[in-house]
Amino acid sequence: MKQLLALLLLLSSSFATAQEITVAAAADMSAALPQLVDAYTKKTGHTVKLSFGASGNLTNQIRNGAPFDVFLSADEDYPQQLIAEGLASKDTLYRYAVGRLVLWVPSDSPLDLSKLGIKALLDPSVKKISIANPATAPYGRAAAATLRHFGIYDQVSSRLVVGENISQAAQFVESGNAQAGLIALSHALAPAMKDKGRYWTVPLDAYPTLNQAAVVLSKSKQQDAARKFLEFLRSPEAASLLRSYGFSLQVEEH
Amino acid sequence: MNWQAFWLTVRLAAIVSTLLVAIGIPIAYWLTYSRWRWKFLVEAAVALPIVLPPTVLGFYVLVALGSRSPLGRWWESLTGHTLAFTFEGLVIGSLLYSLPFAVQPFAASFGAVDRKLLHASASLGHSPAQTFRRIVLPLSKAGLVTGFALSFAHTLGEFGVVLMVGGNIPGVTRTISIDIYDQVQTANYASANQTALVLLILSFVVLSIVYGVNRRPWVVAPWR
Repeated sequence: MKQLLALLLLLSSSFATAQEITVAAAADMSAALPQLVDAYTKKTGHTVKLSFGASGNLTNQIRNGAPFDVFLSADEDYPQQLIAEGLASKDTLYRYAVGRLVLWVPSDSPLDLSKLGIKALLDPSVKKISIANPATAPYGRAAAATLRHFGIYDQVSSRLVVGENISQAAQFVESGNAQAGLIALSHALAPAMKDKGRYWTVPLDAYPTLNQAAVVLSKSKQQDAARKFLEFLRSPEAASLLRSYGFSLQVEEH
Repeated sequence: MNWQAFWLTVRLAAIVSTLLVAIGIPIAYWLTYSRWRWKFLVEAAVALPIVLPPTVLGFYVLVALGSRSPLGRWWESLTGHTLAFTFEGLVIGSLLYSLPFAVQPFAASFGAVDRKLLHASASLGHSPAQTFRRIVLPLSKAGLVTGFALSFAHTLGEFGVVLMVGGNIPGVTRTISIDIYDQVQTANYASANQTALVLLILSFVVLSIVYGVNRRPWVVAPWR
């Protein structure tokens, strides 16, 4: 009887820990995802630990054995690379959102973004422009592509300051150390930045679409819980939350 | 191997450790000879960067010295730009970051000078400044070299502050530690390996100089 009880206890405790997964997420999700997770926890009782970073950095960490269960990238390339390397399951690949890039300036900026658009960056009052690191952050690549698309990359390249990920790029301009930044719409709409500045949405044709994709990682010991979380991402509840942070949704699935 | 980042870092370390000799000697002098009762508080403040996370320093440089603060606006009106994302910003951050590594060896060597020599110098008519220059400084050579070399080496290895306030600008703020970080994050392990090896050798050489100038005869142990 005692042994049975001990076994039950052991099972139930392992069952309880099995309900906690770790999600590695692109830095542009740093405001929206905690809310999604709150809703998920309230609904299911399962908890989620979050780890944010540039998608490229996270991909590299996953390659080196980081103990994540789910990876929410800011593009689709990194998840595809992990699938090709056998580190993520192809059947779980899901585009959960389309990310948008915005040009953001602090409230006290004299620049009229609606009139100037991207040309605001050429104003002499803009001494530093923050972007994310194009080597590791999809938003950084989108920013570089945007500057090239409008033909002003060479004119502004000496004024670019590079954040380690898109959150740091947002922080550089939010703190006033940079006078303008090409950052994620999800940050511009986040409570921490919403009232502190204005933004101009970069048109979608200026950079390759940020199809943000999620995958379950092959090494995860909690495949079921991880898949359950991805299922939740597809729910109408999650969709409306994502939409409130400026993510548009891709209906088609893989 | 990113030589631009390498020479930038060496330049930063050389400027910072040279400035720290100029700033550190008066501070160490005061710490050695002052009789103020609350001196220990200043000693604690000087030692702070040893225990504070570099992120705290980075945070202050970014926010307290940013364009939203009075201090930052004053700097901006003086120089036309903010401290963040500039080489000067890294110099100022590194001065704070490496201060104890210069001041502590200086103060220790000043304090180790035999007091009888100071009395002799004074009784022969030297002013305190003359005594300091002619007696204390020459006898503290090892401590001065140690403080210079340690602050040089410590600045070489600076990462957190630069990551937070540098903005990763090639030739301006992309130091060698940031370069290694970028190489690792993009899985360029071969390049990271080369750079890391150069830094490892350089740091070893600098520390060898420190221990070389402080070489002491062995202790004769009673069990031999």
